[in-house]
Amino acid sequence: MIQMINVSKKYMKQSALKDISLTLPIGKIIGIVGENGCGKSTLLKLIAGLSLPTSGRVTVNGETANRRICKVVSYLSELDSLNYIFTVREALDFQASQFTDFNMAKAEEIMKFMQLEPHMKIKNLSKGNLGRLKIILTLAREVPYILMDEPLSGLDPMVRESIIKGMISYVDLESQTLIMTSHEITEIESILDCFIAIRDGSLLRMADVEELHESEGLGVTDWMKKTYV
Amino acid sequence: MDEFNASKPIYLQLADRINRQIVSKELKAGEKLPSVRDMGIKYSVNPNTIQRTYSELEREGILETKRGQGTFVTEQEDRLVQLRDNLKHEQILLFVQVMQEMGYSSLEIISGLKDHLKFDIGDE
Repeated sequence: MIQMINVSKKYMKQSALKDISLTLPIGKIIGIVGENGCGKSTLLKLIAGLSLPTSGRVTVNGETANRRICKVVSYLSELDSLNYIFTVREALDFQASQFTDFNMAKAEEIMKFMQLEPHMKIKNLSKGNLGRLKIILTLAREVPYILMDEPLSGLDPMVRESIIKGMISYVDLESQTLIMTSHEITEIESILDCFIAIRDGSLLRMADVEELHESEGLGVTDWMKKTYV
Repeated sequence: MDEFNASKPIYLQLADRINRQIVSKELKAGEKLPSVRDMGIKYSVNPNTIQRTYSELEREGILETKRGQGTFVTEQEDRLVQLRDNLKHEQILLFVQVMQEMGYSSLEIISGLKDHLKFDIGDE
């Protein structure tokens, strides 16, 4: 379980998140939505322990989220942090050397599923294949929480679809939770259990996607258009 | 095919699809359905949602889950006949509603249908 209690984050005097309290269980696919700069990525970084709250408390499985929380949290950054002289194979080996929970057999399987060639040099990968590789590195770790910051951003529809299908195939909802930020809400809506809407650093709403369909007859995108205006 | 309408829960839309596939015999009595995950991949839908669809159809007696074996279309003939009937009534209801809203009389509707189907009453 991930728990945030009255969490606020300031960068210098700039407020990024304001008084967020929420609980996220195992076994869900959760989308964080909101406008650019509203605090989505900050929220993920706090859970990943890569950034610490200015006030309030973030715990993952009861432990305070700091740098050491990466033993139970796999995090995909919006930025590229890959070593460009590596081949795909070497990148997998490197990830395995950093994380003992990295499941190489699973990585190989996802690699096949996404049709990525292991001998390719990272510097020669297309943007789509780079996106696929980052997904493999993040998804092949056997940890309860997988966080992805904009995993679909800037990728073409075919790549996005293969990544979405990869998520459904390889996230084990018996034992894992996937949390991602995305602007491609319409595309990820059908795979989300629930969504967290952030506006100007505050939690606007957290709800079941199907509940929104049922009670308001709206998709997440329509709801956002209606609410954020 | 893979598009869902945001105004209705996805699990119900999937249930509708499965019901239609059963009535059209695309899915046969006793046939095994894909696993929750495979179905999720096929439609790009959250496996939890698929599970909800299967549970709902199970509750309605249309699907049956056999422990350790998977989910199957029921072999209860009467339930399948009932499903076939229900779907027919639903469609007719929708059609008649639209026709009546546009002001067609019952006679006009029937004669229109007859013409369309090239079928005379009493020909049965």
